[in-house]
Amino acid sequence: MVLLGASGCGKTTLLRIIAGLESPSGGEVWIGGKRVDHLPPRERGIAMVFQNYAVFPHLTVFENIAFGLRMSKIDSAIIDERVKRTAELMHIESLLDRYSGQLSGGQRQRVAVARALAMEPDVILMDEPLSNLDALLRLEMRAELKGVLENSNTTTIYVTHDQVEAMSLADRISVMHKGEIIQSAEPVEVYRNPATHFVGSFIDNPPMNFITAHRKSDSEEGKWLVMGKTFDGPTINTPEVKFAIRPEDLAIVSASDETGFAATVRVVEPLGAHTLVTCNVDGTLFRVIVDSSVRPESGEVLYLKPVADRIRWFDSATQLAIA
Amino acid sequence: MENKALPYLLLLPTAVFLCLFFLYPFSLVAWQAFVGDNGFTLEHFRSMTDHWKFSISFWNTMLLAVAVVPIQLILSIVMASMVNAMRKGRDIVLYIWTIPLGISDLAAGIIWLAIFEQSGFLNSMLQSIGVADKPQNFLTYDNLWTIFLAIALAEIWRATAIMFVILVAGMGLIPKEYNEAAEVFGASRWQRLWRITLPLLRPSLQTALILRVILAFEVFAVVAALGGTSFPVLMGETYNYQFALQDGHVAAALALVILAVSIAFTLVIIRVLRVPKEAQI
Amino acid sequence: MTLILCVWVLLPIYLLIVNSLSTPEEVIAFPKRFFPSFNVASLEFFAGFSGIVKALQSSIIVATITMVLSILIGAPAGYALSRFEFRGKTTFRVLILMTRAFPLPLLALPLAIMFIRTGLDDTMFGLALVHTMLALPFSVLITFSLFSGIPIELEEAAWTLGCNRVQAFTKVVFPLILPGITASAVFAFVISWNEVFAASVLTIENRTLTAFLLQSLDVSPMHLKFAGGFVLVMPALIFIFAVRKYLFSMWGIANR
Repeated sequence: MVLLGASGCGKTTLLRIIAGLESPSGGEVWIGGKRVDHLPPRERGIAMVFQNYAVFPHLTVFENIAFGLRMSKIDSAIIDERVKRTAELMHIESLLDRYSGQLSGGQRQRVAVARALAMEPDVILMDEPLSNLDALLRLEMRAELKGVLENSNTTTIYVTHDQVEAMSLADRISVMHKGEIIQSAEPVEVYRNPATHFVGSFIDNPPMNFITAHRKSDSEEGKWLVMGKTFDGPTINTPEVKFAIRPEDLAIVSASDETGFAATVRVVEPLGAHTLVTCNVDGTLFRVIVDSSVRPESGEVLYLKPVADRIRWFDSATQLAIA
Repeated sequence: MENKALPYLLLLPTAVFLCLFFLYPFSLVAWQAFVGDNGFTLEHFRSMTDHWKFSISFWNTMLLAVAVVPIQLILSIVMASMVNAMRKGRDIVLYIWTIPLGISDLAAGIIWLAIFEQSGFLNSMLQSIGVADKPQNFLTYDNLWTIFLAIALAEIWRATAIMFVILVAGMGLIPKEYNEAAEVFGASRWQRLWRITLPLLRPSLQTALILRVILAFEVFAVVAALGGTSFPVLMGETYNYQFALQDGHVAAALALVILAVSIAFTLVIIRVLRVPKEAQI
Repeated sequence: MTLILCVWVLLPIYLLIVNSLSTPEEVIAFPKRFFPSFNVASLEFFAGFSGIVKALQSSIIVATITMVLSILIGAPAGYALSRFEFRGKTTFRVLILMTRAFPLPLLALPLAIMFIRTGLDDTMFGLALVHTMLALPFSVLITFSLFSGIPIELEEAAWTLGCNRVQAFTKVVFPLILPGITASAVFAFVISWNEVFAASVLTIENRTLTAFLLQSLDVSPMHLKFAGGFVLVMPALIFIFAVRKYLFSMWGIANR
């Protein structure tokens, strides 16, 4: 499970409450059918991977991984065996005699994960474990972490602000905003059907485009006007709603198309695989992802046609998605 | 892991110790200075000021502080910025310049005695280069200015290190980017020191000055070693009253004078080098 | 310039060493040689001088007690300041900083009376208590900076890995700050070793070396003074060398 949210939304606090490092102002914490919020961290059956790894600098890699096992007074032969196994799993078996100061960031990261895995806990908690790595290494570790966690079959709660990381790792994503979980669903679901305006504007980069749609006329239910073009939408009784569409779900069409609305090109950014075009649609910024062969000029007028079944509607007042 | 009582429990030993050996004794000093056989009295202060040595020792102490502290301030700023710009040999220079930090005022007095005494190194040198034909007696009561000079030199030698260390530490807290930015905008070395480093260094300058000024008013053993009785200072007089004259009341009154001067100067320094909260790094 | 300032610091110490390693006759001879004759007669005389050995012992004992007390009392406070947010924290810090704005050796005067009442007068333990008061603000601030240098995550990691608070401290925090604690202990030792005023006021029978030398300034011969200065300075040189790495980080934090 991935907890996703912008910095300061309370996701780390939530994780620390689950770990027992912080006490909640109210409510209860249950892990695997057991209430734990009165227990200290050591009795909760959890293991944690910290953002800055927290690999003990005065102990070798081996002793770091063995630390938790030694605390629970496990037989040293078993400790030996388990440390070796997890170290192999994380590809750090050659580093067991080193100290944290002799390791690179990526290696420290591996030690921190190995230390958590070796505990064989009920839950592994990870607090932005990849955020201190450089971009390339992050990509590599992400894939590896996914493999290891899938194999270990341990419940994992993973905190991140990086939605790509969340999409790639999660079985379920819980999007947090201002201290509350506002949507909890499979990654594709969160992407396709954001529960609120916020989720739509937070997931994926560039995010969803939003524009106000007006009711066509009092008599025609479910018909909405966007830039003079008519779209089929929800049948609700408000004068206006939010029309939302992802940048990749817009196609450039000719002026005659009846659902293609006019947009003035402001900025064109060729990004390699595709081109990102930022347009002005009636005073609202619209981002469109088009094929890299398309190179519109700034100031040019394009006609954008949304893919009909990808259009989403949000209530202007409550910001909630309208089914 | 929250435990509301734990921090207080951990502070308790220090708090108790401070009360027993800091707050309580200082209230005792005040009590002793103001209370005589018949209750409240200014008698002790009167006998203190009536003594001919009081105003001499008071002004000697002030004069010494005024002569020594500004020189030390400049010297320590110069030394700290030199070390800051240094690449090679920085460690060894740092060590050498901090050596006096570990030397007691008494030892410093004795060290400079070796230089200024009648058969000391200064006389030996003066004679070997032919300036003086017979050894001068620098440290007798009719040579007050050379006594003063010797004490001032010993103080500068001994106690600049404390300011130096504080300023070096303070400069280490200033991000390099500020100076580099100033350099890019065309500030000379001197301008950078004056416009960037020193203003940002104010908290450290404050600490350094307060500590140093208070030490200056406590000057005692250096003077005892070099000047003996010919150069009375406040702390020495306090010691005399307590020990030789066995008059704890007047000693307490003198202690209050030193305390008052120290606090007054501390407040002035805090006020002058105040950094508004919004402007802190 | 750097060199001149180095000479300025080192030359006086060198001259003291020259005097200490010369015979008593050479010390009072004129003009004086600028090189030692490496004769230990002065130091021997010093060692044989009545009361010196005892004073030296007292100095070491008092400084050792000071060292132990100031760490035992100060370190918990430093830990509390670095790890907890609690009411009165600012007040406490101000109180600690305020002690530095006071001429602390003056404490010896009222304490002399207090000690007579409690039977601590003229004892090494009594003097050590005063010296602990001198060293305590430093030990609190230094340990505060040491503990602040240990990321709280290391402790938290230990908690999640099965440690209780005490175990996390002994297994993780303590090994990491040990060198720093040693340095601040040494610093406390030096403070006590060098202190003159309180030592002179508070002890008569159990004089420390500084107090002894101060008392006998008027009567002792030159070579005794220089040998005494030598014995005072040498340990300090070594101590400062031992703690040199920490001096600056100590004061860095004490600035705030």
